[in-house]
Amino acid sequence: MKLYKILKNTFLVVVACLALSACATSKKSTGQMQGDVYTGTDTVEYLASGVPDRVFFATNESVLTTASRETLRKQAAWLRKNSKVTIVLEGHADERGTREYNLALGERRANAAKDYLMTYGISSDRISVLSYGKERPVDSGSNPLAWSKNRRSVTVKAN
Amino acid sequence: MKKIGLLIFFIILPNAVNALIEVDITRGNLNPLPIAVSPLSIDENSRKNFKKILQKNNIGSEISTVVENNLKTSGLFNPLNKDAFLQAPDIANLKPRFEDWALIKAQALITGEVSLVEEKLRVEFRLWDVLAGKEMMALAFTTVPTNWRRVGHIITDKVYERLTGEKGYFDTRIIYVAEEGPKTKRIKKLAIMDQDGANNKYITLGNELVLTPRFNPTSQMVTYLSYFRNLPRVYLLDIETGMQEVVGDFPGMTFAPRFSPDGKKIIMSFAKDGNSDIYTMDLENRIVERITNHSSIDTSPSYSPDGKYICFNSDRSGYQQIYIMDKDGRNVKRISFGKGLYGTPVWSPRGDLIAFTKLHKGKFYIGVMRTDGSGERLLTENFYQEAPSWSPNGRVLIFYRETKTDDKGEGFSAKLWSIDLTGYNERLVPTPSDASDPSWSSLLSN
Repeated sequence: MKLYKILKNTFLVVVACLALSACATSKKSTGQMQGDVYTGTDTVEYLASGVPDRVFFATNESVLTTASRETLRKQAAWLRKNSKVTIVLEGHADERGTREYNLALGERRANAAKDYLMTYGISSDRISVLSYGKERPVDSGSNPLAWSKNRRSVTVKAN
Repeated sequence: MKKIGLLIFFIILPNAVNALIEVDITRGNLNPLPIAVSPLSIDENSRKNFKKILQKNNIGSEISTVVENNLKTSGLFNPLNKDAFLQAPDIANLKPRFEDWALIKAQALITGEVSLVEEKLRVEFRLWDVLAGKEMMALAFTTVPTNWRRVGHIITDKVYERLTGEKGYFDTRIIYVAEEGPKTKRIKKLAIMDQDGANNKYITLGNELVLTPRFNPTSQMVTYLSYFRNLPRVYLLDIETGMQEVVGDFPGMTFAPRFSPDGKKIIMSFAKDGNSDIYTMDLENRIVERITNHSSIDTSPSYSPDGKYICFNSDRSGYQQIYIMDKDGRNVKRISFGKGLYGTPVWSPRGDLIAFTKLHKGKFYIGVMRTDGSGERLLTENFYQEAPSWSPNGRVLIFYRETKTDDKGEGFSAKLWSIDLTGYNERLVPTPSDASDPSWSSLLSN
């Protein structure tokens, strides 16, 4: 009887552990994406403290998300303070598309970022745009999370 | 070409006066024609001389092996094992004993001889219909010895044409992008090789990213995209001289180039302020013309073989679809209406079909449709593949396929594949490294 109780409790604990760990892992993988837009920070670098260098996009989209606009406003503020800095916006697509269309899509994404920076007072003279299409992924994996990290526009200091 | 509406693939008309073999290439490869390729005979003196020049012990056998390999990869022929041949090559070329060849089930026989004549390689060859006991073709030609592989390709082209009624595609080359290194830092070089993978040569060093090389259908020129100095632009390259130049003077990215069928223009996309439209540039007078003017992405243009129409890729409906228009940009019509996304349209050199890449539910397909969008046929399905390019006779497509990486981003590779228009005979095209973006040349010997 006692043994039975111990076994039963152990079993419950094991089940609870399994449930928790399953929960933890699934949270981890979905927690980095909203819809299919990457929201994590794994690949993000910083132009200056608190100024992330990149924004992410949904599949086949070039619309800036709320988070992307916030990032770009920080970049614009930093660029206004550092008025000598010129930048290249590098637009990228994931591997799930044809090469030439993705070149155009990368260009469109980088230009979406450029337009937004311009509305916050950054002169187009300081911005150039370069599309890599799907040629330069940051994550070489073939899964939705990797693809979400690769759909991006990265602001790179040019001087 | 005579089309015979029977399910049997190869037809031999028995007892008719002109009962010669005919191969129907409009159907799938179910019954390849048994063919005997007798080694080209060679006199001892020529053999020794060729051995000195080419370091090949018996150039006659080497050329026959090229022919045999071509016939086999076409999927239409089944070259028989030479060990079973009863007749010596020199005797067979004079007059085959047809009973001997029929005994090993050969329906067609190729014989010939090769000799060194005034420092040149001279070949004559004959094609025989074994069952009818007739000579179908006899040809001779002379070339420089180093061209010996091309001799094999030309023989195959002639045999293919005689038996199928259509031009061959063997004396051709493939330009492609050779790839190496991890996906995140892939090194890409232009490379060129014979259609069968021989004579592979690198054209660029890999210092800058290069993409989408395409042959001029009328010459040995190539157009491609290079990221030289981080400025993605369309370039023109002369394969013979190695001379390169930028096409046009555009302030932004130019990409997706192709030649017009007469080889005089390049059609491509130009991206400006996030919008890509289609332009042409005349290579003689350098005049640039804008063909599309739409706020959507317009790219991957390809002319019809008569130069009157252009098919292209646009997302003006919201997603990537295939459209056609007149050569001046008028009368734009969407032609792809199936489920999924469509890209990379390429007009067949025969004019009747457009090959494409389709994405649907996480899979990539290579397919063909008629130029009005009807009759869509998907030839092959995979995790990732794209960029079909037509053989010059419009019977075979070459494309590239990538294998999926595992969770660590490893296990990835990219290779060239070919497939018949029928959807049969899918084959790996051998390359020394990973490869993508293949483009098939026209026949070199025309």
